[in-house]
Amino acid sequence: MKGEELTEQETALYDRQIRVWGVDAQRRLSKSHILVSGLRGTAIEFCKNIVLAGVGSVALNDDRPVTEEALTANFLIPSDGERVVGKSVAEICSESLKDFNPMVRVSVEKGDISCQSVDFFDKFDVVVVCCYSLAAKRMVNEKCRKLSKHVAFYTVDCRDSCGEIFVDLRNHAYTKKKLDETMECQIHYPSFEESISVPWSSLPKRLSKLYFAMRVIERFEDVENRRHGETTIADLADVLKLRTELCQANSVNESQVPDSLLERLIAGPSEFPPVCAIIGGILGQEVIKAISGKGDPIKNFFFFDAADGKGVIEDILSNP
Amino acid sequence: MAAATQHPFSAIKGKKVLMVGAGGIGCELLKTLALSGFQDIHIIDMDTIEVSNLNRQFLFRQTHVGQSKAKVARDAVLRFRPQISITPYHANVKDPEFNVDFFKQFHVVLNGLDNLDARRHVNRLCLAADVPLVESGTTGFLGQVTVHVKGKTECYECQPKPAPKTYPVCTITSTPSKFVHCIVWAKDLLFSKLFGDKNQENDLNVRSGDASSSSGHSEDVFVRKPEEDIDQYGRRVYDHVFGYNIEMALSNEETWRNRNRPRPIYVRDVLSAALSQQNGDMENTKISDDPLSVSAMVSLGLKNPQEVWSLVENSRIFLEALKLFFSKREQEVGNLSFDKDDQLAVEIVTAAANIRASSFGIPLHSLFEAKGIAGNIVHAVATTNAIIAGLIVIEAIKVLRNDTSSYRMTYCLEHPSRKMLLMPVEPFEPSKNCYVCSETPLLLEINTQRSKLRDVVEKIVKAKLGMSLPLVMHGAALLYEVGDDLDEIMVAIYSANLDKVLSELPSPITGGTILTVEDFQQELSCNINIKHREEFDEEKEPDGMILSGWTQALTTENNKNSSAGNGTSTSSQAVPIETVVDDELEILSGETATLHSGKKRKISDSSKASNTSFEEKSKRKADELELDSPIVVLEGSMEKDNGKKKRLQ
Ligand SMILES: [Zn+2]
Repeated sequence: MKGEELTEQETALYDRQIRVWGVDAQRRLSKSHILVSGLRGTAIEFCKNIVLAGVGSVALNDDRPVTEEALTANFLIPSDGERVVGKSVAEICSESLKDFNPMVRVSVEKGDISCQSVDFFDKFDVVVVCCYSLAAKRMVNEKCRKLSKHVAFYTVDCRDSCGEIFVDLRNHAYTKKKLDETMECQIHYPSFEESISVPWSSLPKRLSKLYFAMRVIERFEDVENRRHGETTIADLADVLKLRTELCQANSVNESQVPDSLLERLIAGPSEFPPVCAIIGGILGQEVIKAISGKGDPIKNFFFFDAADGKGVIEDILSNP
Repeated sequence: MAAATQHPFSAIKGKKVLMVGAGGIGCELLKTLALSGFQDIHIIDMDTIEVSNLNRQFLFRQTHVGQSKAKVARDAVLRFRPQISITPYHANVKDPEFNVDFFKQFHVVLNGLDNLDARRHVNRLCLAADVPLVESGTTGFLGQVTVHVKGKTECYECQPKPAPKTYPVCTITSTPSKFVHCIVWAKDLLFSKLFGDKNQENDLNVRSGDASSSSGHSEDVFVRKPEEDIDQYGRRVYDHVFGYNIEMALSNEETWRNRNRPRPIYVRDVLSAALSQQNGDMENTKISDDPLSVSAMVSLGLKNPQEVWSLVENSRIFLEALKLFFSKREQEVGNLSFDKDDQLAVEIVTAAANIRASSFGIPLHSLFEAKGIAGNIVHAVATTNAIIAGLIVIEAIKVLRNDTSSYRMTYCLEHPSRKMLLMPVEPFEPSKNCYVCSETPLLLEINTQRSKLRDVVEKIVKAKLGMSLPLVMHGAALLYEVGDDLDEIMVAIYSANLDKVLSELPSPITGGTILTVEDFQQELSCNINIKHREEFDEEKEPDGMILSGWTQALTTENNKNSSAGNGTSTSSQAVPIETVVDDELEILSGETATLHSGKKRKISDSSKASNTSFEEKSKRKADELELDSPIVVLEGSMEKDNGKKKRLQ
């Protein structure tokens, strides 16, 4: 990396952010390749953030046709009907996203990412999957972990006015500044499967209730073979039943996963734009930290709930 | 629970929002409001789009540079939400058209502003119009959102805002110890002296003048002599400011008793005769009509603004830049002021600051760093703005639902505090001592078509508010002012204004107008809402006007600084050398304090200068930290301690 300078154009465009994270981080960003799959509102916010930040390339994956639903929290889909006919969400979004920063390459990956070979993931430095099923999260995470190269893996989910980020950086080396000194740090991450397999009774006492609620709904959608967000208020009784079973199996009190919270998560709209902006912003910052190797990354879950306004980091399985 | 599950759209429907600022936070906010279902949004921003905005103000493109932010932002959002109504104003929020009546039409006001002045102005208007305000600010990875609802939570001004950072003049002129001191010297003294108005006195002038006369030449060394060769002139200035002046300073042994002695630097010591004669390749300089693109770096073949130049390189840049000013931009010399977007100005200031830093054993800095310090450039990233905008919308929806118990102020942190990156804190009650919100705003009932400005000044401002040197403003328009530093023209205008009927003033005062009256000496400022009334009872209301909402207590409370003035002060407060140029300057400074309920809260500040939070300490060098707020030089705190503050020109 040494000796390569940012161009005059890059220095002018990125002036304000270079003052935050430095030239070296900016250089690393410009060489990074990001895959984003599942273009819901949160993923769209994230894409905007990293394209503005000046990553090398972004590959978008979402074969859904543009429907009313896809429009809800998406500011990348123009309303002029003509342009969107016969195109997928990823194709339309890539066209808009390219305009944000001509120095970033934006492309489209078609097909089901979770069915891709391990080699497919080798060309990326960061893989983000948004609103994926339990099984698909597992599969993509495992494939990324099979590579010798460290691919940073993230999942993001939004339900009603709540959001969750999961982070797997495997072994991550980074520097951080403490007072005026630069410290070298190294941390180890558990996989998604390892994290969610931790018996609930051995989790930290004051863990965010959102962690449990998200696991219950995720499991429900898995056993019912539903897609993410397809659970509705009509399923409440069945979801509560599964909650009770899981609590008993894990020997934790049902009060850890309140009825009211589960009800809210499945009854509300699937996306709340302010929460998409917040989760997409936090995720953007995390990916910038991971690529630049600067600053403490989140380990390994982040939760935000608009109802209490807290944005909390939870470390599940702190010693994998 | 009901409130949380209720679709937010029911609270948003039919509601009218005012956004102030279409910059970093503003772009994100407008997008999130539109996606969230807001359908009637008004947006005020006086700025036009610049290249350095494009990395985060994502509604703007290269082709929009130079256009109105408010208008371009509107068009961009309408592309994905064409059915909503967005009303842009390419104007200053302080313009008189945005009066209380204007503010009253909105259900909530959302601020994405970049300066204290405008924030205070909006705070006062929101209080006067009784419209809730959601206030915000970001810097780097830090940000905050606060909710201000009259009578329920503290107003924006309940927490006192710290004064801008100041430096003693002698630190700047004689004993710099940090790079910022060298920058202030290069920018506010040397640059002004070389290229600014020659008639403006500044300390460099005084000192140089004294020194010159004692050594036999009385003329101003900064004036280029007739027929003087430009290279010769450059070397003469260089030797004078970096060599001779340092020798002079060294002769005062007392100063250096406990300090490292600086080293005088002369051209001949740094550059060999051949090298100093060697011209930059001026033919290489791009021929351009834009004076802002002339560059000494280009003519000397230095490309990387991140690189720290050697003393030799700085010296060559200094001489080359001086030459370019006099050869390519001669007509501007004499009326230039420093501008962070003026490449040549940044180059000469960087070089001069570095040469001075070399003298004093202070580490040198790159042009990129020097530019940030000299231009008070804020640190800004898109992600923080996006997060803060999301939090603003969440609070705005609570406000529209009148869900008072859920209001929160939220801090966005770089490092987690008690596991939290986003930390909500319950808002505080209005401060009883806040002069802005503790009393009902003043209301003046008056016949605006009959009463004259003189009546208001004499009967209200002087008699009732007890101001002795009042200043009367309507928005940004000054209507009346007293002071011995006014020129004749202004005195004539003001005295003519006194005899004008209120509604016929240059900036007419009518019903709904807010007048600002200030007395700098007393550090007292307040707003008067004007209400037009036709008739007054001659017996019961002999003044022909009625002031309400004023209590004597307010006078004494806000007079606390008046005794501090010793009559010599030219202004009551330190005046920032320049207003901040770009984006969101104000931030939390994160001083943690324990409060009544035993809860911890972070005290928000308007400036990051005074208190250093742990987040910031870990992020930047302490040296850089104090630079982000406007720099003010405090005059004479070493030589003559008269507390006099002065604005350097
Ligand atoms: Zn107040």
